[in-house]
Amino acid sequence: MGVALTRSAQWTAAGHGAKTLEVTPLNEAIVKEIIMFVESFIYKYPQEANYVFVEPLEWKTNLDPSAFGSGYAVSGTTVKSEEADKNGEPLLYLSVPQIKIRSFGQLSRMLYIAKNMKLKEAQACIEANRNPVAKILGLDYNIISEKIGNSFVSNILDKITKDDDSESEIKMKIALQLKQLDLHLLNHSLKHISLEIRLNPGTVKNDIELLKQFSGKGKQTVLESIEYTSDYEFSNGCRAPPWRQIKGEICYVLVKPHDAETLCVTCSKEGVFLNGGKTDDEGQINYERKGEIYKDLVTLLKEKSAIFSENMSKQEIKFSEQPQKDQPNEAPKEEVAITHKASVTSRKSTQEKNRINLGRSQLTKRLEPSLNWRTSVSSKDRNTLRDTQVEKHGGKLEKSRSSVSPGRAQLIRKSVEKIEEIISDSSSESEEDEEQPDHRQEANADLPSEYWQIQKLVKYLKGGNQTATVIALCSMKDFNLAQETCQLAIRDVGGLEVLINLLETDEVKCKIGSLKILKEISHNPQIRRNIVDLGGLPVMVNILDSPHKSLKCLAAETIANVAKFRRARRVVRRHGGITKLVALLDCGKHSGEPAQSSLYETRDVEVARCGALALWSCSKSYANKEAIRKAGGIPLLARLLKTSHENMLIPVVGTLQECASEENYRAAIKAERIIENLVKNLNSENEQLQEHCAMAIYQCAEDEETRDLVRLHGGLKPLASLLNNTDNKERLAAVTGAIWKCSISKENVTKFREYKAIETLVGLLTDQPEEVLVNVVGALGECCQEHENRVIIRRCGGIQPLVNLLVGINQALLVNVTKAVGACAVEPESMMIIDRLDGVRLLWSLLKNPHPDVKASAAWALCPCIQNAKDAGEMVRSFVGGLELVVNLLKSDNKEVLASVCAVITNIAKDQENLAVITDHGVVPLLSKLANTNNDKLRRHLAETISRCCMWGRNRVAFGEHKAVAPLVRYLKSNDTNVHRATAQALYQLSEDADNCVTMHENGAVKLLLDMVGSPDEELQEAAAGCISNIRRLALAIEKARYS
Amino acid sequence: MDQKVLKRLVESISKSVNSFKKSEIECLIRIFHNVVGRGDVKLANVGLDRNTFRVILHSIFGMTDDVLMNRVFFAFDKDNDNYINVKEWVKGLSVFLRGTFEEKLKFCFEVYYFNGDGYISRERIYDMLKNSLHQQSPGEETDEGIRELVDIALKKMDYDNDGRISFADFEKAVKEDRLLLEVFGPCLPDAKSCLDFEALAFQHILTSSF
Repeated sequence: MGVALTRSAQWTAAGHGAKTLEVTPLNEAIVKEIIMFVESFIYKYPQEANYVFVEPLEWKTNLDPSAFGSGYAVSGTTVKSEEADKNGEPLLYLSVPQIKIRSFGQLSRMLYIAKNMKLKEAQACIEANRNPVAKILGLDYNIISEKIGNSFVSNILDKITKDDDSESEIKMKIALQLKQLDLHLLNHSLKHISLEIRLNPGTVKNDIELLKQFSGKGKQTVLESIEYTSDYEFSNGCRAPPWRQIKGEICYVLVKPHDAETLCVTCSKEGVFLNGGKTDDEGQINYERKGEIYKDLVTLLKEKSAIFSENMSKQEIKFSEQPQKDQPNEAPKEEVAITHKASVTSRKSTQEKNRINLGRSQLTKRLEPSLNWRTSVSSKDRNTLRDTQVEKHGGKLEKSRSSVSPGRAQLIRKSVEKIEEIISDSSSESEEDEEQPDHRQEANADLPSEYWQIQKLVKYLKGGNQTATVIALCSMKDFNLAQETCQLAIRDVGGLEVLINLLETDEVKCKIGSLKILKEISHNPQIRRNIVDLGGLPVMVNILDSPHKSLKCLAAETIANVAKFRRARRVVRRHGGITKLVALLDCGKHSGEPAQSSLYETRDVEVARCGALALWSCSKSYANKEAIRKAGGIPLLARLLKTSHENMLIPVVGTLQECASEENYRAAIKAERIIENLVKNLNSENEQLQEHCAMAIYQCAEDEETRDLVRLHGGLKPLASLLNNTDNKERLAAVTGAIWKCSISKENVTKFREYKAIETLVGLLTDQPEEVLVNVVGALGECCQEHENRVIIRRCGGIQPLVNLLVGINQALLVNVTKAVGACAVEPESMMIIDRLDGVRLLWSLLKNPHPDVKASAAWALCPCIQNAKDAGEMVRSFVGGLELVVNLLKSDNKEVLASVCAVITNIAKDQENLAVITDHGVVPLLSKLANTNNDKLRRHLAETISRCCMWGRNRVAFGEHKAVAPLVRYLKSNDTNVHRATAQALYQLSEDADNCVTMHENGAVKLLLDMVGSPDEELQEAAAGCISNIRRLALAIEKARYS
Repeated sequence: MDQKVLKRLVESISKSVNSFKKSEIECLIRIFHNVVGRGDVKLANVGLDRNTFRVILHSIFGMTDDVLMNRVFFAFDKDNDNYINVKEWVKGLSVFLRGTFEEKLKFCFEVYYFNGDGYISRERIYDMLKNSLHQQSPGEETDEGIRELVDIALKKMDYDNDGRISFADFEKAVKEDRLLLEVFGPCLPDAKSCLDFEALAFQHILTSSF
């Protein structure tokens, strides 16, 4: 009994003093079992029933003395039983409200008298006597009974036979009986636990979603409305605030049935019940349980609303989803039972631990033992459940997505979330901290002493006036707030709410103190989320309007820390935070007054700095970038950029760099003449500042004018010299990025060559992280467009490392590497090296890369390779399956890939033998199919390929048959001379076939070609003239045939 | 009041108080005489008594704590004659309105230490914090809570661990964290009431200078 009570019964965490049993089905069952045992005791074991307890069981009763009848002496407020022990003491003594009972017989009778109050009395008795066994049998028997539990029955029997004292024999028997009861209770409670409904976020969510679908106005619906009290869903699927989640609560819903008031319902792991409802102010929920626990929402609502239950049964048929949902529901439920049995052992061990904890430290008394293991077990269950689910159901579950399997549902939900995140993510959210599961401090673990000290301080924050609050805040600041233990301790004892509440008071000192703490602990990603969940951001945003500068600073700094994730940034924006933060930047307007002390000025600068810091965090979301721009942030940032305070420049440049991903910003940056200052700050001593400046230049230098500005302001030299410092990889990545983008301009490349940057870049091709490599190779690719630089690269031994990089998997890197290798291959000497290193084969295999950009870039790179390789035809043929691969790429739907592959085929087709092979692979119909296109680049290369492919067999005729001629004629109407030239050449080749000439003539080619003949481009002239002459000749021949 | 006497008074005060302009000092003296005159005519040449001063503290500077208002009075009353004379008035206000950090630091310490031995004792802190917890349950628990709060405050500020706070302790703690300046209760006016008072007191100068 003792064991069952301590282990299984669910005690409330009532804090100080006596604990009470929670009103849960499990406890009720246990108490009922005990009642049954006691009631039947007097009949089953009459002898033992007379045994007098070592100590009386004593508790406060609700029984009225008048209820006691014969066998009792009733006088006013006291009752004595006539039954007494050897010393004449009554076995039952009641003196309202205290009752003392000293035998099982009296206990049974008492229960009989209590009638329908049985349950209450028994519960009161158990609550008041936490160790009944010890009281009944004495402490030593308590120990013996433990031994019985360990099945040392023989031992006991020995003891009994030796000890023929009749009382101890009775004691022994009772001990055995109690032990049995204990075991029985344990088994019973286990059974109960396994039957107990355990709701999980998944089921609850499904139920609510389903009910939502059938809610609304009108008589047919089951409810008027149903909604969550909180929009935010934690990653574990719960919506309850974290400190309530410990109690097993999942979410709160407001339900408005047709025929009742709005119900505020708590969904917890144990079931669903009404809570105290929303308190009017602040929308806080009174979490106290106010009604019975139901197994799910539908059952509760059926009980509370007649219309609901009526409409529900009507709609049962319409609930097409319901049966579907229920079926998979069956399976997991069974499995719950299985896993529960399986985890019994592990659960026991946790129970054991709890008990030990409880004994060891009085402090842990506050933690509710049963809840502890409940939370740990349920997470365990979830895991095992998921495993078995995945194993057993496999693909089947994929289809029934409404399945209730919690793990599964969570997985799906997570992946959906991920996708959404990716979609809505703006380009530069690299620092984004993932929505990570909220891991709380293991309740079982030993809590550090800080925890209790912080708890005490929070108590003062709650119950103290301004003076006490300030003392507590200052003292709290003395803890190591950078340490996670302290950060989480503040949250777990409910300190965050208080700190945020303080921000809403009028007390400046309290606000300052609170913000100072929030600023520190908001470095922790979990705390950030909690602050947002508790609605801390809008309050801080409001503080930004305060006339107190230090208050503004602290609020902005805290926002800077909190707004590290997207949801927080959105909240800041929605509450007008961006405008206010931008306003903070507007400092020093009045600094012209000489009378102002320098102290004031530095304060102003500090405000602006904090504003910039917060904007930097916020600027990682696209919408915020827009908001900053609209609020007029760019000119202010530009002005701040002129200062020389390093700690001001970093957030300013950081913000600009973040925002420069937007076209609007790049234009504004150019217009505000920001580049000049960025370049100036490249020369700063601060590495972080250099990094952000380089990064900003990297973003902006896509624009040609900007590239020129960088050069004109002398930015290329510092960039080149920064290349020599390779220790700081972030900075190196930014610098090489800036160099890459700048070197798109030829003049810049010349400068870089002057500064010997190309040699340095080649040196960076090895042993660098990918972010750096991408930029370095990109820069080299741009430099390679010039002969001189290609020579430098070859001479510095740059080709080998470049070719080595062709085996990578980073897509951005591959695009750049292929481009660079292709550029090098233009040089026959370099081509020899590439060929020797088997670079062409590597490029060719990149045609199989899944990413179209890589494919296209590899194909472009192959063109110069085939052009410049010795014995190119033989080389190409040596790639087994290579030609087929290339021809099949013509089926791609990416224009760039198609154009590049056409270019490759043009080069391949220069070799007659290869042309024959690709013809066999069906290149003609594939090319003809592509003919209908408006893309000039593709048109040009396609036309070139067609003209090349005409050189073999009856390909000319075949192009005609596949209707490639008519579209080609239309190419002549394009505005691109390159297209004209290629097309004229293709038409010239095709016009060797009479049928094609007819088609061309029909499509009005002659007039168009006649115009081309007047072109200054000789090749075009010649091709056009040749084509016309072919057509003309055919016409003459026909005429001649007609007349002769 | 005699213009000549006033001028001389302003001259002499302005030698020791330099945060106010002479015209401002003149205004403050006028106010002093107004208040004193209205209070008790007979004691006009002696100064402000404690009650009158407390009314000023309460109505103009928004202070509420009786104990601390008394202490502020004593901090103003340098010569301990239980009256604030005109010099003490101007000097005190200069700390109130324009005081530097060091002046305010000294002022607060003077308000908080009681028996003149230069230390803030544990008992003294207890007295000052007595009412700082909202009465949740009467009796011992609050008492215990305040004792603990005193411990926390001492732990924070008593650097030399002698169980009391010396000026050096106080200075060090406050310099580390400005919030601790009025650690045992508000004894300085907040910024807003300062501005209001200045606007009111010096309105004559402001308008006349234009």
